Amino acid sequence: MSGHSTYQPQNGIMKWVEERLPIGGLVHSSFIAYPVPKNLNYWWTFGGILAFMLVCQILTGVVLVMHYTPHVDFAFASVEHIMRDVNYGWLLRYIHANGASMFFIAVYIHIFRGLYYGSYKSPREIIWMLGVIIFLLMMATGFMGYVLPWGQMSFWGATVITNLFSAIPLVGDPIVTWLWGGFAVDNPTLNRFFSLHYLLPFMIAGVVGLHIWAFHVAGNNNPTGIEPKSSQDTVPFSPYYTLKDLYAIICFMIFFAWFVFFLPNFMGHPDNYIPANSLVTPAHIVPEWYFLPFYAILRAVPDKLGGVLLMFAAIAILLFLPWLDTSKVKSAVFRPLYKQFFWIFAIVCVGLGWLGGKPAEGGYVIASRILTAYYFAHFLIILPLLGLIERPKPLPASISEAVLGKKAQEAPAE
Amino acid sequence: MLMKSSFRSIAAALTIVLSTSGAMAAGEGVPLTKQDWSFGGVFGHFDRGQLQRGYQVYKEVCAACHSMDLVAFRNLVQEGGPQFSEDAIKTVAAEYEVAGEPDEDGEPTFRPAILADRFPAPFPNEQAARASNNGALPPDLSLIAKARTGVAGPDVHVEPLTDLTRFIWHTVTNYQESGPDYLYALLTGYDDEKEAPEGQYYNEYFPGYFLSMAAPLSDELVEYTDGTPMTVDQYARDVTAFMMWTAEPHLEARKRIGFQVLIFLIVFAGLLYASKRKLWASVDH
Repeated sequence: MSGHSTYQPQNGIMKWVEERLPIGGLVHSSFIAYPVPKNLNYWWTFGGILAFMLVCQILTGVVLVMHYTPHVDFAFASVEHIMRDVNYGWLLRYIHANGASMFFIAVYIHIFRGLYYGSYKSPREIIWMLGVIIFLLMMATGFMGYVLPWGQMSFWGATVITNLFSAIPLVGDPIVTWLWGGFAVDNPTLNRFFSLHYLLPFMIAGVVGLHIWAFHVAGNNNPTGIEPKSSQDTVPFSPYYTLKDLYAIICFMIFFAWFVFFLPNFMGHPDNYIPANSLVTPAHIVPEWYFLPFYAILRAVPDKLGGVLLMFAAIAILLFLPWLDTSKVKSAVFRPLYKQFFWIFAIVCVGLGWLGGKPAEGGYVIASRILTAYYFAHFLIILPLLGLIERPKPLPASISEAVLGKKAQEAPAE
Repeated sequence: MLMKSSFRSIAAALTIVLSTSGAMAAGEGVPLTKQDWSFGGVFGHFDRGQLQRGYQVYKEVCAACHSMDLVAFRNLVQEGGPQFSEDAIKTVAAEYEVAGEPDEDGEPTFRPAILADRFPAPFPNEQAARASNNGALPPDLSLIAKARTGVAGPDVHVEPLTDLTRFIWHTVTNYQESGPDYLYALLTGYDDEKEAPEGQYYNEYFPGYFLSMAAPLSDELVEYTDGTPMTVDQYARDVTAFMMWTAEPHLEARKRIGFQVLIFLIVFAGLLYASKRKLWASVDH
């Protein structure tokens, strides 16, 4: 997508098409000739893994919809119909349900890779912000998808999360009624969640298109954080990275398959095998694991509105990250202090996730508050200050030099 | 080096995050003992004889109060289940009477059940079920083995573990049987010695300890014809296995296909890795 294509159609038909719709050139310049830094490590394969997961979720989802009934009286039974009577329905449903978790595992690794190597910095701010929007859309999609089987956790999760909007002053209650399509979570709610659950993945695909477009303009970041200086620093995307990404995708599929075939209900909650019942509240209402860090932030605040605002702020703050980080150096490899704070931040996020799964009482609440404060301090205090006080290590002159330097260092050890 | 250590840190981080979902699912209560189920593990499969005995226990004991709305008679004949003969189940089904089509005058009719029918419920509606059970509603048992869980207790093979190591151990050994372990513990966990409120019974595995179901099993209650011991312990194991099958009727196919898929993926990954190394050999990276 950057610059003029060097694509030369090989035969008459392709030539004819290319003169009228230069799609061959687009594919060629984006996914074949596209120059990629030659030093990317395996953390960079998660972009490809995420693209694979999106396709996987859309394909299995489209087939599941052929057998699913979005009605409060039939939804639970239709999911069980898929599990029992549809040919390989159990496989489709377990791929789709576990696929959501896999999608989030991959996206969290992808986000933390971006944080570690400073992939959000100039000229990649828009790539990063589009990524945050994709993450938000994924959360909305995951949440609504979890409601569709209409089990106990589906129903009560939907009730708790939609009720958050009632915290908005003045218009809170009308908004909740509007979201529900009634005065409680009921059939209209299920229907609209189903509709949106089908719509949002295509919106994700659209924003992913923009995300890819944007990084094909700026080019990939790389572990050194310095931009390629010459063609010595890059390799063509194909075959080098198509093959490496495919290898990584297959390895990820092994992990994925382990859950689908041998631990299919591990990520789920047993209560979701009980049909939704508005008269019986589960002992603990917990969201899916991938929401837990944000759930902990929500519950850390004693005030409902404050909690809701802080939870959304925890995601919104990511949009401002490119300007909150004042360091000119991208990669944590050359930022000795940032590297340490990065790992503290990662542990804090994991800690928040752990606390999100615990009851909101006693020491758990206190710990949630401390970690929530740290979460925001990382972005608002630590990152702006670090850029001013940190003395980065000397940067290599080019990617090639960094690669050769690494080789030279490794050689004596062998 | 750097990448390796970061891989490790992130793996550990993920492990902790994921373990919360396991812990959440666990809830509170007396730790369960991990039982040795034939359907556990990578090569897990059902024991046909056990499923057939389990169905007998369900039919003669549980079905008096508990429905199993998602299971049809035809399922009892299908591959991967108890695999009774079709004729045997046709005979069993015909013992039940279900609602038929209205006759030409519009009057309701009844007919014997056929293979395609689901198991008829013991009560026509929730109110009737509650009225006959001291106000309590006996839950449908179709999915009960996946809808219940408990605190994972000490392993049969591995001594007490911390939350984290147990989580890893259960992931690696793909422990998915906390539901069956709970059902077995509940069925064998009644204690008449303990005081209980009127119409309730003490069971240390039940959340809250008092449940409205009296101990359903007793020795010699169900007549086994294959020489299997007729004890509460055996009945509990058999009916639990049966309930695991009703909750996950394609479990055997899932594990068999899963093993094949894993072999394929691992070989494919190996070939891709070799190709990738060859391709990149000429590039300093």
